[in-house]
Order: sequence, then structure tokens, then C-alpha cells
Amino acid sequence: MTTLKQTVPHQFSRILAYGASRPDLSVTNDEIAGPINSSDEWIRQRTGIVTRQRASENISAVDMAKEAAAEAVKKAGITGDEIDGVIIATVSHPYATPSMATLVADSLGSKCAAYDISAACAGFCYGIAQADSMVRSGLARNVVVVGVEKLTDFIDNTERTISFLLGDGAGAAVVGVSDTPGIAPTVWGSDGSRWDTVGMTHSLLEIRNRDFVANPVQEGEKIWPTLRQDGPSVFRWAVWEMAKVAKQALEDAGITPDELGALIPHQANERIIDQMVKTLKLPESVKVGRDIVDAGNTSAASIPLAAHRLLEENPELSGKFALQIGFGAGLAFAAQVVVLP
Amino acid sequence: MANTEEIRAGLAEIVNEETGVNVEDVQMDKSFTEDLDIDSISMMTIVVNAEEKFGVTIPDEEVKNLKTVGDAVNFIENAK
Repeated sequence: MTTLKQTVPHQFSRILAYGASRPDLSVTNDEIAGPINSSDEWIRQRTGIVTRQRASENISAVDMAKEAAAEAVKKAGITGDEIDGVIIATVSHPYATPSMATLVADSLGSKCAAYDISAACAGFCYGIAQADSMVRSGLARNVVVVGVEKLTDFIDNTERTISFLLGDGAGAAVVGVSDTPGIAPTVWGSDGSRWDTVGMTHSLLEIRNRDFVANPVQEGEKIWPTLRQDGPSVFRWAVWEMAKVAKQALEDAGITPDELGALIPHQANERIIDQMVKTLKLPESVKVGRDIVDAGNTSAASIPLAAHRLLEENPELSGKFALQIGFGAGLAFAAQVVVLP
Repeated sequence: MANTEEIRAGLAEIVNEETGVNVEDVQMDKSFTEDLDIDSISMMTIVVNAEEKFGVTIPDEEVKNLKTVGDAVNFIENAK
């Protein structure tokens, strides 16, 4: 009997390069404070955000994803025909189907496997976990992972729990074959019992099923679903539960906190970042991604955007260990230690 | 087991560390938000530290009911 062939594994994988796309608008706290009866001081004190980057109406999430992916692919020194997979992590692609990933693959000159994943702010780390597995299993040699959001399509400017935090952007990474270990085991999971602590106001079916004659749209009513969260509850989970996940990721990587070059957490709120640094007792030598201060919370894009900036501002971090940890709606989380390219 | 005053004093230390509010201002009748100007995120940090210090569990949904220092002290005392 003929024996089946199976893929031949590669021993190691690593991130070869990052790319980023930052949109055109820088929106100040003063510009958005009016409708939520707030102030620059209140927003800075509670979130650390000074400005958030947002995209004009004519710039789509796909545009930003293509730009970030193109930069990562160029820096990785590969061409379209060397890409075996494109994974897009996003919650703001406005089509249930087809995926955004096929468009991005096409823009890179590739006909490779391409699909989107929905893991919100954990999405980029989920994508890295998948790409790492694809490369090491031998299914792929190079996989492009993009975290992208145009969250401004899903906010309500009169809403006080999350909308004022949010920004737009895209970050990308190419995961490829490596001679040395470059991506440590991913610690990931979910807690669906907290499904309703972050997410959309309502389902699209509620719009479809509504009788707009008997129940017309009220003045100021938003019929399009927008984002909401139970901030304090999410804060508690994000800091103390995620600190345990971060510690496990370090342990699984076989390193201690003082061996880290950088911590790159999801950029949800600077107070979460501060409290996480404190809870993890990280030494001052560890650089901490703080892209949120002028980018806002860009969900799936926040980790690769912060990594991209950290490397631009601190090129000496190349070759060092970084702990990246994403957490958010689902609730879903993922963390892994990587070697920075 | 800690008595009411010991719990209040312990909680006052936690509040002071998180927010800088003087320990003597953290009295039973004080409202966390109105009198001590503590926001919801700082409140969560205080709750987590109180759980650790007093060995109790304070669920998220309960935190919303802890309006005053006295509410928190009584909850911790009854939960122990």
C-alpha cells in the first residue's frame, strides 16, 4: 500500500519583519469631549490618551491592511509568490463575507491561503500563534499576519464607555522559517461567560427584523451597531487575570522578566498598561509599548503598531525578547514571547 | 479575625496607596466617588488589593453596590 505524504516540519519560526499603516487624522481630546460631556483632563487622567489616530472616510480598513502588509513583506525581503498564507485579525471589516484577507493577498501578488479571524484585541496574537504553527508544521514558509481596524465605523460619539478611546490603523508581521527559536509557546484562551462585557450594542438581525414604519428611527438614535464595554470589569480582568497569563507565557518561554527587552501589551488604556507593569514587577530596563498615547486603542492593530514603533525608536531591541499580550472582546486572550526582528 | 475598625484602617491604607487620599479621610460615612473622588478604575484596584489583604472575594457586580467606605468594610467583614 502506498504511504501518504505529509508536510515536512520546519524546526523553528520567527517574526521576520513588521509593517505599519497609520491613518491621516490626529484627533484631540478636546475635539471629542463635547458630546460625552467630558474634558481633555478627564480623558488623559483615565486613559492616558492625548490624541487618537483616525482615518478619513475615504480610507478603508482594507487600504490600511494592504499598506501595513506591503511594508512587512518588503522588509522581510520576500515576494508575493513566497507568501503561503495571509491571516487578517479584525472586527471592523464591514462584510461578513468575503474576507478581507483575499484582497490583501491579491494586493501582495499572491494567490495563497487567506482568511480573517475574529478575536478582537487578542486577534494579532492569535494570528501569530496560527502562523507559527503553520510554518513549523511545514504547511507554510512565510505567513503574513495583519491586525487592522477602522473602529471609527463602529463608534457612537455620544457614548462614554469606549468610543472615545478608539482609533484606526493597521500593523503587520511576516512569520517565516528560522534557524533559531523565535516564537515561544502561545498561552491563549477565552471566557465566554463574560461575552457581554465588551462588544456591539445589538445584532444586525435586530435591524433587519425591525418594522421601521411602526417603529421609526428616533432623533439621535443609532441603528447601526456600535461598541460598548463595562470598563471597570474589563479593567480588572485585563490587569489581574492577564498578569497570570503573562507570567505563564514567560514561564513557557523559559525566560525571566529581567531577560525581556520589551513588553508589548494590547493598547487598551494606559492605566491597564501601568498596572500590568506594576503587577508583573518588571525591571525598568524593559521597554514598554505605549502607542496608546497618540494612537488610541486600535484593537487588533495595537500590538503590531506598538512593536513597529518600539523598533523604530529603539533599534537596539532587534534580537531581544518581547512579551506580547492581547486581550479583549470574547473575552479572548493570547500571549507569547517573540524575538524581535 | 479583624474587627470593623481594623478593616477600615486596612482599607484606608489601600486607598491611600492607590489614590494618595489621607488615611484619616477614609471614614465609614465617606462616599468613594463623591467624597474621596475615586474613579471606577481606581476602585477596581482597591477592590483587588482588598481581596488579597483580607482574603475575601468581591465580585464585579458587588463592587457597584459599595458606595461608601462603610459599605466596603461591612461587605468584607461579612464575607470573611
